[in-house]
Amino acid sequence: MTPELMEQGAKRVEAHAAALAARAGQTESGGRSAGIGRVVKDREVDVTHGRILYLEDVNVSFDGFKAINNLSLDIAPGELRCIIGPNGAGKTTMMDIITGKTRPDSGTVFFGSTIDLLRYSEPQIAQLGIGRKFQKPTVFEQLTVFENLELALHTNKGVKSSMFFRLDSGQGDRLAEVLHTIHLADSVLRQAGNLSHGQKQWLEIGMLLMQEPKLLLLDEPVAGMTDEETERTAELFLTLKGKHSLMVVEHDMGFIRTISDIVTVLCDGSVLAQGSLDQVQSDERVIEVYLGR
Amino acid sequence: MSTTTTTTPTLILPSRAPLLTRTGWGAWLAALIVLCALVPVLNLAVPAGSVFHLSDFAVALVAKIMCYAICALAMDLIWGYTGILSLGHGLFFALGGYAMGMYLMRQIGTDGNYKSNLPDFMVFLDWKELPWHWTLSDSFIATLFLVVAVPGLVAFVFGYFAFRSRIKGVYFSIITQAMTFAAMLLFFRNETGFGGNNGFTDFKRILSIPIATPSMRMTLFVMTSVTLLLFFLLGRWLVNAKFGRVLQAVRDAETRVMFSGYNPIGYKLTIWTISAMMCGVAGALYVPQVGIINPSEMSPANSIEIAIWAAVGGRATLIGPIVGAFIVNGAKSWLTVTYPEFWLYFLGALFIGVTRYLPDGVVGLFKKLKGLKGVAK
Repeated sequence: MTPELMEQGAKRVEAHAAALAARAGQTESGGRSAGIGRVVKDREVDVTHGRILYLEDVNVSFDGFKAINNLSLDIAPGELRCIIGPNGAGKTTMMDIITGKTRPDSGTVFFGSTIDLLRYSEPQIAQLGIGRKFQKPTVFEQLTVFENLELALHTNKGVKSSMFFRLDSGQGDRLAEVLHTIHLADSVLRQAGNLSHGQKQWLEIGMLLMQEPKLLLLDEPVAGMTDEETERTAELFLTLKGKHSLMVVEHDMGFIRTISDIVTVLCDGSVLAQGSLDQVQSDERVIEVYLGR
Repeated sequence: MSTTTTTTPTLILPSRAPLLTRTGWGAWLAALIVLCALVPVLNLAVPAGSVFHLSDFAVALVAKIMCYAICALAMDLIWGYTGILSLGHGLFFALGGYAMGMYLMRQIGTDGNYKSNLPDFMVFLDWKELPWHWTLSDSFIATLFLVVAVPGLVAFVFGYFAFRSRIKGVYFSIITQAMTFAAMLLFFRNETGFGGNNGFTDFKRILSIPIATPSMRMTLFVMTSVTLLLFFLLGRWLVNAKFGRVLQAVRDAETRVMFSGYNPIGYKLTIWTISAMMCGVAGALYVPQVGIINPSEMSPANSIEIAIWAAVGGRATLIGPIVGAFIVNGAKSWLTVTYPEFWLYFLGALFIGVTRYLPDGVVGLFKKLKGLKGVAK
């Protein structure tokens, strides 16, 4: 290759990068036009096809019990999707599959168009940009609120960098911002174990935000919260919508009514109905499942 | 990416804690001076008749307990902070001890009972040359390396498979216990080449200097003190860093750690290996001072005792295990002389009492009393 050719190439790359930067954030696909010739970058979520999460024909059974039965589901970037369904419908198992905790017997699970989630472990999936809140609030009880958030911070999570880690000012600002968002700015040095149930839920949500995830999976985020806390949580989720994709599993219909666009009803490990809350609530099959036959 | 558009008022975030506080450094330096200056003077310079004279017995006892304290400290890092109870730390202690013991056996030279270049037990077994694993044993430098590397390597390989298979809790404890026991049986065999059930003893020299002289004993004592104090600082550093908080997070909610993007295997493996290496160093310091190493160091009871020291002193505090090692072993050396038949009952009662009434150990009790006093005022 001659030097001129290399120079030309370098110019083209520069021009392309500048064009990309100019378009950043303008479209649903993050400013990248769909088309041929795009380079797949390792661990970069490609949402050019308008879907951040695809599950297709996923099956899981535990000792013969089909927990997930031919489940297909997809979520758009920036969408807030509510998942409802009776107990044992497979909601938590579905989250286990997406986050790498459970391996499906068959089916495909993709994050963006290019990342096959079934190839990654739980910590890797978390680093790719999927955050998860558990049904029971799980925070590090012996550590302070500050330390909890600091641990969750999006940064190199290797052993060596943890040994020499120091919070820089940008990260400090980010942490302070999240502390305000979750209304725990007055409790920076409190031990997480001493927080109230609702505050623990919020702390866990704050930890998710610190991870800067592209997709958040929230398993019953308002369980055990007071009405006021629930209201604030709804507000928070509505501000997150658009910047992140959210998948919320809840039983609290009032809460779902406040936040939802599309509601998916799961039953016996597959999608029973999908649509706005009013649509699914008037669906015969859904009524049957919820009220018994 | 921002989650709120409101302006955030400035918030003072806690800065990274210093390695030791001012008083902490004061206490550390005081301990250093007492152990490295006062004790040698009181033992060597003050005449034996004086009230201030520190007997050789006392010095030897403190030295031995300091070796145990290093083990307790190592145990605390893996159990107190990371929540992994190892009942196999006696093995790492013994491996370090054996590595040092091999060197000391070679240092005997031709002064053994059989006047041979080979250690006595090999002559007794009618071996003609040193087995392969004794190759490096005549080099002091290589021995220093092996003291750390052998326990470290064994721990790393064992830990890698155990942690990768997600073996946790009591299952991990049982497997470590089994590992120690298996190693003990292996070392009991004469064919293994470690002196069988007699192990190594009758050491004469270290670096060609006679080992039994008062100055050599004091040198070893000072080295043990310095090692203990430095390991304490190392522990502080590890625990103060974010690394230490990840360890505590692994202890309290391992799944949350994984879903926060950390791979717990690397963290567990690192602290497990560091802990094993510390025990190896403790063993290497112990053997020349006590003058013997044999497979009984790997007996299950020894490993359990290390856990008891850490529990008595207080888990997840670094000073706790050191205090615990001194309390339990001090009580042991006193009781086994005055009421020899009661020692085991006492140990059992202590263990039950501590787990039942002092879950945070002696240091926890002390902190609680201090807290109560503060409230009363």
